[in-house]
Amino acid sequence: MKAGQSRNRYIRLTLSYVVLTLLAVCCLYPALWVLLSSFRPGTSLYSDSFIPKSFTLSHYTELFHSKVFLYGRWYLNTLKIAFLSMIFSTILSTMSMYALSRFRFKGRKTLLTTLLVLGMFPGFMSLVPVYIFLLQLNLLDTHAAIIIVYSAGSVLMNGFVIKGFFDTIPRSLDESARIDGANHLQIFYRIMLPLARPILIYVALTTFAGAWVDFIFARLVLRSKENWTLAVGMWDLVSSYQNSNFTMFAAGAVLIAVPITLLFVFLQKFLVQGLTAGASKG
Amino acid sequence: MNGRRSAILSAVSMGLGQLYNRQYMKGILLLLTEAAALVYFIPRLAHDLWGIWTLGDTPSKMVKVGKVYQTVKGDHSIFLMINGLITVLVLALFIAIYVMNIRDAYRTGAKREQGIQAATFRESISYLWDHKFPHLLLTIPGLGVLFLTIMPIVFMILLSFTNYSLPQHIPPAKLVDWVGFNTFKDLLTLKSWSRTFFGVFTWTIIWAVLATATCYFGGLLVALLIEQKDVKFKKLWRTLFILPYAIPQLISLLVMRNLFNGQFGPINQYLSYFGFGKLPWLTDPTWAKATAILVNMWVGIPVSMVLILGVLTAIPKDLYEAADVDGASGYQKFRIVTLPFVLFATAPILITQFAGNINNFNLIFLLTNGEPLNGNYQYAGSTDLLVTWLYKLTLNNSQFNMASAIGIIIFIIIATFSIINYRRTKSFKEEDMIQ
Repeated sequence: MKAGQSRNRYIRLTLSYVVLTLLAVCCLYPALWVLLSSFRPGTSLYSDSFIPKSFTLSHYTELFHSKVFLYGRWYLNTLKIAFLSMIFSTILSTMSMYALSRFRFKGRKTLLTTLLVLGMFPGFMSLVPVYIFLLQLNLLDTHAAIIIVYSAGSVLMNGFVIKGFFDTIPRSLDESARIDGANHLQIFYRIMLPLARPILIYVALTTFAGAWVDFIFARLVLRSKENWTLAVGMWDLVSSYQNSNFTMFAAGAVLIAVPITLLFVFLQKFLVQGLTAGASKG
Repeated sequence: MNGRRSAILSAVSMGLGQLYNRQYMKGILLLLTEAAALVYFIPRLAHDLWGIWTLGDTPSKMVKVGKVYQTVKGDHSIFLMINGLITVLVLALFIAIYVMNIRDAYRTGAKREQGIQAATFRESISYLWDHKFPHLLLTIPGLGVLFLTIMPIVFMILLSFTNYSLPQHIPPAKLVDWVGFNTFKDLLTLKSWSRTFFGVFTWTIIWAVLATATCYFGGLLVALLIEQKDVKFKKLWRTLFILPYAIPQLISLLVMRNLFNGQFGPINQYLSYFGFGKLPWLTDPTWAKATAILVNMWVGIPVSMVLILGVLTAIPKDLYEAADVDGASGYQKFRIVTLPFVLFATAPILITQFAGNINNFNLIFLLTNGEPLNGNYQYAGSTDLLVTWLYKLTLNNSQFNMASAIGIIIFIIIATFSIINYRRTKSFKEEDMIQ
């Protein structure tokens, strides 16, 4: 009996490890493949071995030195846009959700329902009107336009995750602060913000990543090449060069993916919390 | 008497009632607001309202002036529509402020009648800060949402009732007209459109069901594997499996497109090493659909895994102990304890993910771009979902009215599922329980 049980356990464990290892290989393989391809000499997609026979950095230097790709410039643009959008959207969405979670006022339920309903429309529907709106305001081809649109959009995107978290912070905390003479703004940044830190990091991280990789809206608004972001440049590279210059695409891909991937892996803990909170919408 | 008089004065012009009540600062500010509104409205109100009602009456045309043809600028229906919409929204805001101004004058006047002093400007400000704080906080985000989300959505809903599309009705050369429900009728009854619509619609639903189910059960399986008591390096496994989620989809999906490339891609290369033939991963309609679901598992399982891991740790241990006492086998424990608990706790997630998959733009657009082409379809390929079709109709084919109609249909589908979901969420039901 006992021997049979331990043999069963042994088989189960071995099987588990085999499956886990296989899955891990599947997870890692595409990333490794692209990384190795970016160091491979030549330009073709085809290669006869997984690990290149010799390594070269030429694709990376080409990205930064060629006249066609302004990779250095795009990197700075993207950093600026992603960073500012992150700041503004976090401020806007926490402020509005603090109001909606903590105060009871007329029309509050209606507002919440409106936000929910608005979130159900496919985002692309607004591409054209927003484009014309920006045209009227003379904001086309500016980074300000992109930052404004991302920040306003994030209230819809992240609102309910934040609100759900705020709802779990006990009311008694702000009531006692109120008795001690704190005003609403002080309660907001002395009590609510520090307690909501994990969810703030989640929201900041996802908006940063979202701005970092958005190519649809950015491509529509940013017309001149020196204003492009990385994702727009990448998209251009893919649509015009992908088949002829795969290794350069790989190098560009690695440069875009690495910062986000590192951030996500190191801040895993917060992502998990945010995902769990977001999945049940509060 | 006092209250009525101030209200009437404020109705004549913003701020007059307040001045009458000796709230000078407030009165002047309101007067300035009204002046600004007049400067804004006088040159445009009539024209803009006419514009949104008629969508213009003279298209741009070429006129011979002397020896050369020149373009005479006519009405641009779409700009007329957006401008009209913006003006209507601003007007609505202005009317709301105007009404509040009258109400304020009336209240202050009535108070003065009872011998209560009107609030000074400083007192008004501190009242605002103390009692209207949420409204203050919501002003800026509210304006952003109004003009960047609500305005566009209303605009697109309006568009679906026009004939804004190639080849006949693209401004500025041609005008756009209101056509009522014709767009919806065409979409559902005109052979070329309805065939595409029902084809794409069916695939969207099949896709959403399969994509959600595979990711969910895949995530469950991985989570169970990791959570076994005697499996070591739990944290390492988790980090490895979260990697696909950490890589931006823009990159990972474009990479996948190359991995599955039929001619030169490494996957087909390996297959031929082992003596299998090459597979048409992305070029055959059926294979392309299967590939999309496979790749979606790679992208989506990590999220499900994370969510289910959270639920697994929350299962009360005594349930398992009770099962042990009753002599349940491992499989029985899974079926009787784990699965019902996980399913129950993750039901809302399943619905959210289902809705998300209906709108899974990134995966299809970046992986297959809707291809392979389908000769029977109007502007759509075999793997196109409703959203990617909408995108193509808008940005590549200028069928704006059709795109809007499809957008509304997507909205109805998503709304149906979401309403079921939100009815049971905490945000709405239990929000006052933790106070």
